[in-house]
Amino acid sequence: MARKLPRKDVVIVGLGWTGSILAYELAKQGLDVVAIERGPWRDTATDFPPGYAQDELRYGVRLDLFLRPQQETLTVRNNMTQTALPIRRFSGFLPGNGVGGAGVHWNGQTWRFLPSDFNLRSHLEERYGADKIPADMTIQDWPVTYDELEPYYDRFEKLAGISGKAGNLNGVKQAGGNPFEGWRSSEYPTPPLKQNYGSALFAEAATKLGYKPFPRPSGNISEAYTNPLGVTMGQCTYCGFCERFGCGNYAKASPQVCVLPALMRLPNFSVQTESEVTRVNLDSTGKRATGVTYVDTSGEEWEQPADIVLVCAFSLFNVRLMLLSGIGKPYDPVTGKGVVGRNYAYQTTSGVSMILKDKALNSFIATGSGGMMIDEFNGDNFDHKDLGFFGGGYMGSGQTGARPITTMPVPKGTPKWGAQWKKAAAETYNSGYGISTHGSSYSYRDCYLDLDPTYKDHLGRPLMRMTFDFKDNEIKMSQFLTDRLAEIAKALDPVEMTASPRKGPWNSTIYQTTHNTGGTVMGADPETSVVNRYCQSWDVSNVFVPGGASVFPQNHGYNPTGTVGALAYWTADAIKNRYLKNPGPLV
Amino acid sequence: MMHGSRLSPLSRRSLLISTAALLVAGTAARARTITQGMPWEPGTASPPLQVRAGPWMFFTPDEAATVEAAVDRLIPPDESGPGGKDAGCAVYIDRQLAGPYGVGAGLYLHPPFMPGAASQGYQSPDMPAVRYRAGLAAIADYVKSSFAGKSFHDLAAADQDKVLSGLETGAIKPKGINGAGFFALLLQNTQEGFFADPVYGGNRDMAGWKMVGFPGARYDYRDWVERHNEKYPLPPVSIMGRSDWTVKE
Repeated sequence: MARKLPRKDVVIVGLGWTGSILAYELAKQGLDVVAIERGPWRDTATDFPPGYAQDELRYGVRLDLFLRPQQETLTVRNNMTQTALPIRRFSGFLPGNGVGGAGVHWNGQTWRFLPSDFNLRSHLEERYGADKIPADMTIQDWPVTYDELEPYYDRFEKLAGISGKAGNLNGVKQAGGNPFEGWRSSEYPTPPLKQNYGSALFAEAATKLGYKPFPRPSGNISEAYTNPLGVTMGQCTYCGFCERFGCGNYAKASPQVCVLPALMRLPNFSVQTESEVTRVNLDSTGKRATGVTYVDTSGEEWEQPADIVLVCAFSLFNVRLMLLSGIGKPYDPVTGKGVVGRNYAYQTTSGVSMILKDKALNSFIATGSGGMMIDEFNGDNFDHKDLGFFGGGYMGSGQTGARPITTMPVPKGTPKWGAQWKKAAAETYNSGYGISTHGSSYSYRDCYLDLDPTYKDHLGRPLMRMTFDFKDNEIKMSQFLTDRLAEIAKALDPVEMTASPRKGPWNSTIYQTTHNTGGTVMGADPETSVVNRYCQSWDVSNVFVPGGASVFPQNHGYNPTGTVGALAYWTADAIKNRYLKNPGPLV
Repeated sequence: MMHGSRLSPLSRRSLLISTAALLVAGTAARARTITQGMPWEPGTASPPLQVRAGPWMFFTPDEAATVEAAVDRLIPPDESGPGGKDAGCAVYIDRQLAGPYGVGAGLYLHPPFMPGAASQGYQSPDMPAVRYRAGLAAIADYVKSSFAGKSFHDLAAADQDKVLSGLETGAIKPKGINGAGFFALLLQNTQEGFFADPVYGGNRDMAGWKMVGFPGARYDYRDWVERHNEKYPLPPVSIMGRSDWTVKE
């Protein structure tokens, strides 16, 4: 029997980016807020100081900062006829764990989606005709527009100190920035990062081919910066340990660096760590949440009553918590009815690897979000009329380092071990180079999430089951993008190059990205969405899913965190300015 | 010389603590309520503890001899520097197998274990320590029966390479194990040992990093990021510093 705790105004599940932003915004309003976080407290000085944060084996290979599968994992399969089996060791994607969530281990690549991404289906129907969209492709318009979200993108970028160069200020094109981006109300908070040699070479080659390269917007920042919460970030040192690592320089935007020092001072906020929320509790009508139940590390069960429940865990785990709590109708791919678990999507990435002639690249000098990019082939920035696919992505340089256990290029045909391998590794390390594409992943009727019939977690609850594969549309898109990237690679006159467009089946053992989206998607119609335009549950109006990537109706050709942060602020404003004045459904 | 009894009581204790600390880090911190400011407590950081030379902690002497011979073929000594054996790869693997990695700490080990598609990943309950014990025994049996009763480490280098290649391609199928799977694990662990920070027992004197020109744990390249096409000149440093700065054991 759960022990009941004193009531709070707001209980937040998970203290990552969205949880900490919502906590700060609502606690500032005077609400009594508690966050329940299943992982440990983490901060820079104790958990990833510059004395040992740069440990590839511990963090990059043994995955010390990530969720342990024994705590939660999921089962995977490529299609509905297969038996799903559990991911026993995470490798294809890497969910975070602990205070800060994915904000601790991310690379810092901070993009906005394109204006036409937000009305994707109606835009494509208008430009190409409704009959051109594959029947099983379940893409849909967002219930918000780019113009509505712009101020919230701006707020998140200012919170995180993002480094970059605007390409479109209030509708006026700016040299040096991304000419395809939506309008921005202000320049980036900090100037672009410096570029290493590989990125400078890419920019030169792309320019020669007529493209307009620009520095990738970066959460690893170019100079010290004090954000609107009064917290000061440090300068990036190009150490090459971002992806999978915490930053010892306070230079990578994270909840730790950008929010927690201000949040933790608020007397009406507390966080309960090492405590896993097992369900959102509903009253007898099923229309109102009464709080959450959680289990601490001793196995003790607690009930935390609250007026508002904010589901702010990692994307996939938001979906599972909604399924386990019985909020919203579970999706059935056979009938196409139901919503929770629907429109799971991913990201379609690919790369071209090269060995360059007589070059000392020093690719270990890098940041997780440095690099020069081009956006000519993203979204609908190019005519898809005769291409046989929709979608696209950005592409560019931006190798995140050259950590030698996982980055050891050798020429084609080199044996995997022995004298020849050793010689080739020594000769190639400093001239091997990788460039990549980062493409959209649209949603399909039979790509979805539900509860697994066989496998259980350590508390005896069913694991979530993921059914996903790359579809013809995405494979063609990746081939097209990779061909364009290979043309740029060729202009670098490499000794050799290998282009690797994405092919199916999706393989859960090969790391591609941790951009798992959808499952609790936002929309204008409760028949095809779990939450409304304010990220509020259609069914239980005091439950919100404030902007985790689980609310994306499909995934676009950019990294999700910028949009996740914008939606967190958007939801916070909706709660502050609308819900608190008149609790109940906002739509 | 990795055998022998130079392990002081203190360093043995460090090793035990190191193993325990890693286990704890994965699972069992205590739930707590944090409020009224950023918490900080002295002594709660968890830097890696240095692997020290000393007796094998996981391998038997025969297993160790086989692994030392194998890592020296996977990464042979040459004019560019030491091979896997002198770089400490076997010591690295030994300490990994004796610790949380060996038992698959933190992984999802609930049954049922069913074979699946390659895209679904590793689906056996056997964790690395079990796989090494079984794999090395099966290889020893195979070598004994194929090479007139010899042990792997007694074979000529060319014969050792033949055995390793046969495992890699699946041409040699030792009884009771997946030879190709075991070879892939051994190769992966050997390269980890060669390129991981020396604090874990391999990459001795930063041999792996020196070979390729990786500067290690330096953590600050602000002065170098825009010096394009100039080879970075400074030698590597480890989390422990550099061996020429520290007292030799």
